[in-house]
Amino acid sequence: MDSRDPAETLAMTEQNPEPQASPEAGAGLPRSTISIAGESATTPAKRSREIGNVELQGLNAYYGSNHAVRNVSLGFDSAKVTAIIGPSGCGKSTMVRCINRMHEEIAGARSEGRVLLDGLDLYDPRIDIVAVRRSVGMVFQKPNPFPTMSVIDNVTAGLRLTGASRGELEERGHQALIGAGLWDEVKDRLKGPGVGLSGGQQQRLCIARALAVDPEVLLMDEPCSALDPMATLRIEELIGELKERVTIVIVTHNMQQAARVADTTVFMLDGELVEVGPTDEIFTKPNDDRTEQYVTGKFG
Amino acid sequence: MEAGALSDPVLRVRRNLTDRIGDPLLRGLSGLAAALAVAVIAGIAYEVVHLAWPAITKFGVGFVTTNDWNPVTERYGAAPFIYGTAVTSAIALLFAAPLSIAISIYLTELAPSRVRRPVATLVDMLAAIPSVILGLWGILVLGPFMHDTIEPALNSVLGFLPIFSGDPSAFGYLTAALILTIMTTPIITSVTREVFETVPGDLKEGSYALGATRWEMIRQVVLPYSRAGIVGATILGLGRAIGEAIAVAQVIGGATGINVSLFHTGSTMAAQIAAQFQGAPGALQKPSLAYLGLILLVFAVIVNVVARLIVQRGTLKDTDMTVTEAGAL
Amino acid sequence: MNGAESHALLLDRGNLKRRNRVSKLVSLSSTIAALLAVAVLLIVVGSVLSKGIGALSIHFLTTPMGLFGDTTGGISNAIVGTGIIVGIAALMAIPVGMLVAIYTTEFAPDRIGHAIRFVLDLLNGVPTIITGIFVYGLMVAGNRQSGFAGSVALAIIMLPIVARTAQEVLALVPGALKEAAYALGIARWRTLLRVTLPTAAGGLLTGSLLAVARVAGETAPLILTCSIFGQGLLTEPGEALASIPIFIFQSSESPSPEAHTQAWAAALILIVFVLVLNIIARAFYARSRKRMGA
Repeated sequence: MDSRDPAETLAMTEQNPEPQASPEAGAGLPRSTISIAGESATTPAKRSREIGNVELQGLNAYYGSNHAVRNVSLGFDSAKVTAIIGPSGCGKSTMVRCINRMHEEIAGARSEGRVLLDGLDLYDPRIDIVAVRRSVGMVFQKPNPFPTMSVIDNVTAGLRLTGASRGELEERGHQALIGAGLWDEVKDRLKGPGVGLSGGQQQRLCIARALAVDPEVLLMDEPCSALDPMATLRIEELIGELKERVTIVIVTHNMQQAARVADTTVFMLDGELVEVGPTDEIFTKPNDDRTEQYVTGKFG
Repeated sequence: MEAGALSDPVLRVRRNLTDRIGDPLLRGLSGLAAALAVAVIAGIAYEVVHLAWPAITKFGVGFVTTNDWNPVTERYGAAPFIYGTAVTSAIALLFAAPLSIAISIYLTELAPSRVRRPVATLVDMLAAIPSVILGLWGILVLGPFMHDTIEPALNSVLGFLPIFSGDPSAFGYLTAALILTIMTTPIITSVTREVFETVPGDLKEGSYALGATRWEMIRQVVLPYSRAGIVGATILGLGRAIGEAIAVAQVIGGATGINVSLFHTGSTMAAQIAAQFQGAPGALQKPSLAYLGLILLVFAVIVNVVARLIVQRGTLKDTDMTVTEAGAL
Repeated sequence: MNGAESHALLLDRGNLKRRNRVSKLVSLSSTIAALLAVAVLLIVVGSVLSKGIGALSIHFLTTPMGLFGDTTGGISNAIVGTGIIVGIAALMAIPVGMLVAIYTTEFAPDRIGHAIRFVLDLLNGVPTIITGIFVYGLMVAGNRQSGFAGSVALAIIMLPIVARTAQEVLALVPGALKEAAYALGIARWRTLLRVTLPTAAGGLLTGSLLAVARVAGETAPLILTCSIFGQGLLTEPGEALASIPIFIFQSSESPSPEAHTQAWAAALILIVFVLVLNIIARAFYARSRKRMGA
C-alpha cells in the first residue's frame, strides 16, 4: 500500500482566494464581522473559512548538520484541530516551530521551504518575523506565565507591545480570559500574581495570553504533558471550543488525546511525514504499515 | 570516630595514634582558624574605635556635620569628606549602572558565542587592574584630558549649571568619579551577567512567541526577573566606590571643603585617610582620621549587608513573588 | 478578517518599524557599551605599555631606588620587598583560609557555617585603608612600620578571598567520593588530605593565585604599615621594606617627569604580573570545574 501524496488527502474544500489589489493598501477591501480593533462581543465570533489556512511546502529543518525535518509538505485546515503524533525525536516539535519561525531562534538552526498562511509565505523577506508571531501563536509544554506580572498583565502582555489603549487592553484581556475558560476562576484576582495559579490554570492563562493578540493559528506543543488529568481534560474541552476561532495544531505524544480532540491527525517518523488523514481513519485503518505499528503501540 | 565505636575492642586495636588525634586536631585547628576570622573583624572594629576615641570624645556626633578640617586649630569635621564620597560615588554609579546593564545585555543576548567568553574576560580584567595604576593613568592621562577637552566642553555647553561651573581642572570630583566608574563597572557587570544568565529560557521563548522584539523581550522578561540582582550588584559597586582610597587620592586634588562644581578639587573619607595619616602631626589629627575611618567602616558594612539582603530576598522563586505595577510594561 | 486583510496585517509596517528601530538601537548601544569597556582596558594597558617600556632595563630591575629626588636608580628593592611582603602574607593567609573553608564545609553545623560565611563577606567588604588602620593600631603605633605589618594587612585582605573560593571548590567535591573513603574506615582527616584536597586542588590553587594577584597591587594597606623605608636592598621583614605599589604611588605624586616614567615602568611590571596571574587562575578554575563535572 503506497502512501499517497499528502496533498491529495487534504480536506481542503475551499480554495484560497487570491488577494485583491495590493495587500499593503488595505483600503477598499470587504470588511468582515471581526474587526482587528476589538469589538465588544460577549462571546467570540466564528471565523470565516478563508483565513487561518496553513500550508507547508517542502519544509526542511536543520540543527547544524542534523536534518530534523525532511521535505514535509502538509496543510492545516482552518477551524479544525490537527494533531501531530510520532515517537520522540521524530521532528514534530521542530516542524511546528517552523510555522511561527521560532525554530530559527536557536543557534545553528535553519530551515528551507515555504510556510504559507492564507497563501502568503511567512518566510517572505518582506515580512517581519515579529508580525508572523502575532498571527501564529504558541503555547508551550511547560506553562510559562511571566512571574513578575499579575494575571491580567500576563494576558495583555502581547497586546501591550503594539500600544493598545488602556480600555482596549482591559476589554480584550477579559475576552481572552473568557475564551480560555478561565474568567470565572480569576475574575476576583486579576491583579494577583500570574504564578500563583495552579498548573492547569497557568496553562489556560498562557492560552488566554496567546489568544489575546487574536492570532489566526494557535500552535500547541504538548500543552498538557506537565498537567494532571483533570487539568488536561479541561484544556481538551477548551480546544474543542476554540477551534472555531483559530486553527489549532497540537503536538502530542498521547495518542488518546489526539483521538479525543483532533479532526485530522498527522504521523511523523524520523523527520518525515508518513501519513495524514482524518483522525478516526489514522487510528482505525491507517494506510501505512509504520502508522499502524505506531498507533497499536508496537514502538515509540 | 565516636566514643561508642572506640569501645569495640577490635576497632580500638586498629586505630593508631595519628588517627585518634588527627580528627579532633583538624577540627580544632580549623575551628581556631574560623574563630580567628571572626576575631579579626571584631578586632578591626575595636581598633578603629580605639584609635578614634580621642576625637570621638572631643567632637562627638557633631563631627559628622562639621565642615572644617584644620590641623592648625585642631578643628576637624567629616562633612567635606562625606560630601566628597557621596558625590563621587553617586556619579560613578550613575554611569556605571546603565553601562553595566548594557554590557550584560550584550554579553548574554547579543554576543555571538565565540565572542562572548573573550569579551567577558576582558571586562573582568578591568577589575583586576590595581587601583594605584588606574590612579597613575588618571593623573597623567585622564586628568589632562579632562582639563583640556571634557571640562571646557561641559562648561561651554552646560556651564549655567552650578555643577559644571568654574575653571576646568585636571584633578577634582569629576575625574575621580570617572576613575571610580571604571572600577565599579566590571563588578556590577559580573554580578548582573550572572543574574541575567539565570533567566529561564522558556520565559524568553514565551515572550518571543507573543511577537516581541529583542528589546521588548528583555524589557518584559529579563529586566523584571533580574531586578533584585541588578540592585544588589549596584550596591556592591557602591561599596567598592566608597572604600577606594588610593586612586581617588591621586586624582581628586585633596582640598578640604564642600564645593558644588564638579571640576573643583575635593576629598573623600578614604582618600583623606590615605593622604594624611602618614605624617599627621596634630594630636587630634590621627584620631580624627580614624574617626573618618570609623564612619567609612560603618557605611561599608551597612552597604554590604543591604546588598546581600536585597539579592537574597529578591531572588525569584516560582511561586512567591511580589507583583508590582512597574512589572507591567 | 479575510485572507487579504490578514496579509495586510503581516505586511503592515505600522508601528512595527518603530519597534524594530528601538530594538536595534538598544542592541547597538549595548554593543557600544561593551566595546567601550574593552577600549578603556586597552587604553589603560596600552598607556602603561607604551609609556613604561622605555624605562624598563636591566639596570632598572637590578638597582635599588636612589635617594629622595634621585631618579637614576631602579626598583630592585621594591620588587624584592613586594615579593617578601606578599610571600609572607600568602604563607599566613592561604593555610588559614583553607582551614576556615574546611571548617565550614566539614565540621560546622549549618548555622555556624552561615555565620562564618557572613563574617567572611563582611571582611571582604572592609575598605583596605581601614584594614591598614587596624594593623597600624595593632602593630605600628608605638612601635614602627615593618614589612611584617604590611604582610599582616595583606593577609587579612587575602583571607576572605582564599576562604570563599576554597569553600566553593570543596563543596563541589562529590559527596560520594568522601563517603567511599569513610566507608573504608578511613579517618576524616586522612580523607581530607588524600581525597578531598587533591580533587579540589585546581580550584584551591586558583583561589590562592587570585588572592595573591589582588594584594600584590594593593597600596592602601601598605601606606599605613610599610611605606617609609630605608635605602638600599632591604630584606628584613622586621623593618619597613620598599614595595612596587608604594613606589608607583609616591612616584605618581612627584612633579618630575623622570619619576613619572619610572612609575609607568613599575606599573608595567605590576600589571603584567597581575594580569598573567589572573588569566592563569581563571584557566585553572575553569579546568578544575570541568574535571569535577560541575
